[in-house]
Amino acid sequence: MLSIEGLRVEVEGKEILKGLDLEVNAGEVHAIMGPNGSGKSTLAHVLAGREGYQISGGKLRYLGLDLQELEIEERAHAGIFLAMQYPVELPGVNNMIFLREALNAIRRARGEPEIDALGFMKQVRDKARELNLDEKLLKRSVNAGFSGGEKKRNEVLQMAMLAPKLAILDETDSGLDIDALRIVADGVNLLRSPERALILVTHYQRLLDYIQPDRVHVLAAGRIVRSGGRELALELEEKGYGWLSEEAAA
Amino acid sequence: MASPDAGVDRLIQAEYQQGFVTDIESDTLPPGLDEDVIRAISLRKQEPDWMLQKRLEAYRRWLLMSEPQWASLHHPPIDFQAISYFSSPKKGEGPKSLDEVDPELLATYEKLGIPLDEQKALAGVAVDAVFDSVSVATTFRQTLAEAGVIFCAMSEAVREYPELIQRYLGSVVPPQDNFFAALNGAVFSDGTFVYVPKGVRCPMELSTYFRINEANTGQFERTLIVAEEGSQVSYLEGCTAPMRDENQLHAAVVELVALDDATIKYSTVQNWYPGDSQGRGGIYNFVTKRGDCRGARSRISWTQVETGSAITWKYPSCILRGRDSVGEFYSVALTKGRQQADTGTKMIHIGENTRSTIVSKGISAMEGSNAYRGLVRIAGKAENARNHTQCDSLLIGDRCAAHTFPYIEVKNPTAQVEHEATTSKVSEDQLFYCRQRGLSQEDAVSMIINGFCKEVFKELPMEFAVEAQKLLAVSLEGAVG
Ligand SMILES: Nc1ncnc2c1ncn2[C@@H]1O[C@H](COP(=O)(O)OP(=O)(O)O)[C@@H](O)[C@H]1O
Ligand SMILES: [Mg+2]
Repeated sequence: MLSIEGLRVEVEGKEILKGLDLEVNAGEVHAIMGPNGSGKSTLAHVLAGREGYQISGGKLRYLGLDLQELEIEERAHAGIFLAMQYPVELPGVNNMIFLREALNAIRRARGEPEIDALGFMKQVRDKARELNLDEKLLKRSVNAGFSGGEKKRNEVLQMAMLAPKLAILDETDSGLDIDALRIVADGVNLLRSPERALILVTHYQRLLDYIQPDRVHVLAAGRIVRSGGRELALELEEKGYGWLSEEAAA
Repeated sequence: MASPDAGVDRLIQAEYQQGFVTDIESDTLPPGLDEDVIRAISLRKQEPDWMLQKRLEAYRRWLLMSEPQWASLHHPPIDFQAISYFSSPKKGEGPKSLDEVDPELLATYEKLGIPLDEQKALAGVAVDAVFDSVSVATTFRQTLAEAGVIFCAMSEAVREYPELIQRYLGSVVPPQDNFFAALNGAVFSDGTFVYVPKGVRCPMELSTYFRINEANTGQFERTLIVAEEGSQVSYLEGCTAPMRDENQLHAAVVELVALDDATIKYSTVQNWYPGDSQGRGGIYNFVTKRGDCRGARSRISWTQVETGSAITWKYPSCILRGRDSVGEFYSVALTKGRQQADTGTKMIHIGENTRSTIVSKGISAMEGSNAYRGLVRIAGKAENARNHTQCDSLLIGDRCAAHTFPYIEVKNPTAQVEHEATTSKVSEDQLFYCRQRGLSQEDAVSMIINGFCKEVFKELPMEFAVEAQKLLAVSLEGAVG
């Protein structure tokens, strides 16, 4: 589904990703771990098409498309979703209406009819309940005045409603207490399906207690320095990232 | 030494001595302004003598005044002698067909979904087809007549309702008020008169749209609305479609009078032609709008959405004279390209327990420049007066500008005056977020802008609010890069 080869990315003249390779197939869940500043969010943003990143080398292919040819919203229409590390506030923009407009924009781009308004409302309410997200937040402005945990759950709600093919969750677990973490993990697990791939970007392994990844990768110094199964996450938990960074530098 | 005032009075009282030569048959008066021109206008309109005298008085005041320089606006000097002050529309003038009209203007009409005939009329192309609205207007007038509401052209009112006009016209904005008000008082071409009798709740929203076929004299409009005791009226002015006009200078005056327990709600969507991308051909809009809350517990509310004109100079104000009276001002002003707006309000608290609310939203894009200028004055006798001002600016890009000039004068220690101001930018983070969820850049911007303006839009009548949202979206197309 997603194939990244030798990806090199610069930000303001500084090379952040230095030849990154990653293959993700439909139905798989991948975890990308790594120390702060290693380039995890950079990778997530580049996949979503954010401006300000200079791609100086490598290939990005998704469902047979060259991702670099697609605009941000075209990638969204093609099924890429990014749950952001820092969800942004949109004052005055109603949360529920925002979500409906987004869903309809995607449906229109795919030549599908717009969603029935009542059906949509019911679906959002049900999902919000599953995520233990206060219904009042649906009526408020997008993320405005939400707590950290509420913002993250709102991201997962959007993800559930937009039903992407490739979902990237950038540190969706950070800032959540254990109950919220479990709720978010349940929400994510419900989305696992043979047609869908998930990339979990995380700093801690504890998320992986609740969401079992197929593959774990360690990103350090701009490259995937180690890939393995779930046991790699546990090893990291034990030893920290230091030994890997040293290895990468060597 | 004679005081300057004595000079003014002498001039005003001076009888007009010179001959009267203008050919009243011509459709357009030659450029220039003098007493002959004013007499010609008055004669054309078959006005009674008292109206002519009012005009001349205003003209003599105007001669002694000079154009205000304090606003944050820049434009080449206006040559008031180069303007023609009366022209009835002539066939064959202006564009012959839509092919001759600025294609960008036409594209805007398309996007707003305006029917072809109306497009032609708005663009100034001669049309033979009569508007649907004319027949609508007839039914409309009947319903109003049954309720006793007067809603007619100002020139008709001058002839038909002289007592009301003599009593109220100029009672809120006298000619000596300011340069443009004096000019308007001298040469006003037409406008609207509304009178709502005691205890009557006007059965429908009054809209100038229904008078569009009469409204081609918009250059120096004069509007007067009088709401008698306990009455209520909501008036909508303007139209979301950008109107082209050969007249570059517009100087309208609007006067509102609310007596005891009366409510007047005045909503405007102003979308005059802003000029081409270089700002050429755009309209200069210098408007004086003032409401007088003359009665106890009266209420006047101004809501405006300003997206057009090259230059906007406009401060709808409320004089809160009656005790417990309420003044409100809700405004969205958008400037882009080379547009400049200097707009705001004045809330003059005179009566006890008077309250006012100001919500101003300024949006600047491209090289647009937007200034909020607001005055809150609490007079010495205004016990327990309260004002709340919220003044927000939103910038799109980094070549535009926003300025806020709040003036607060408090002469009574019991007053409570609050002023909040914010400036924000449509951030790259917000746009990325929206687009990542599938929205186009343009939809994202329009969503963020509508969010920003929400408090104002909710004050507009429903249909107008929907149009205003669409208008902002269309106006901003291409403004975000
Ligand atoms: N917009 C930016 N401008 C300058 N440097 C940036 C920018 N975004 C990220 N960086 C730098 O890129 C590196 C990787 O950051 P990031 O991808 O956010 O790491 P992570 O998500 O793994 O913590 C860091 O050194 C960070 O300072
Ligand atoms: Mg990060």
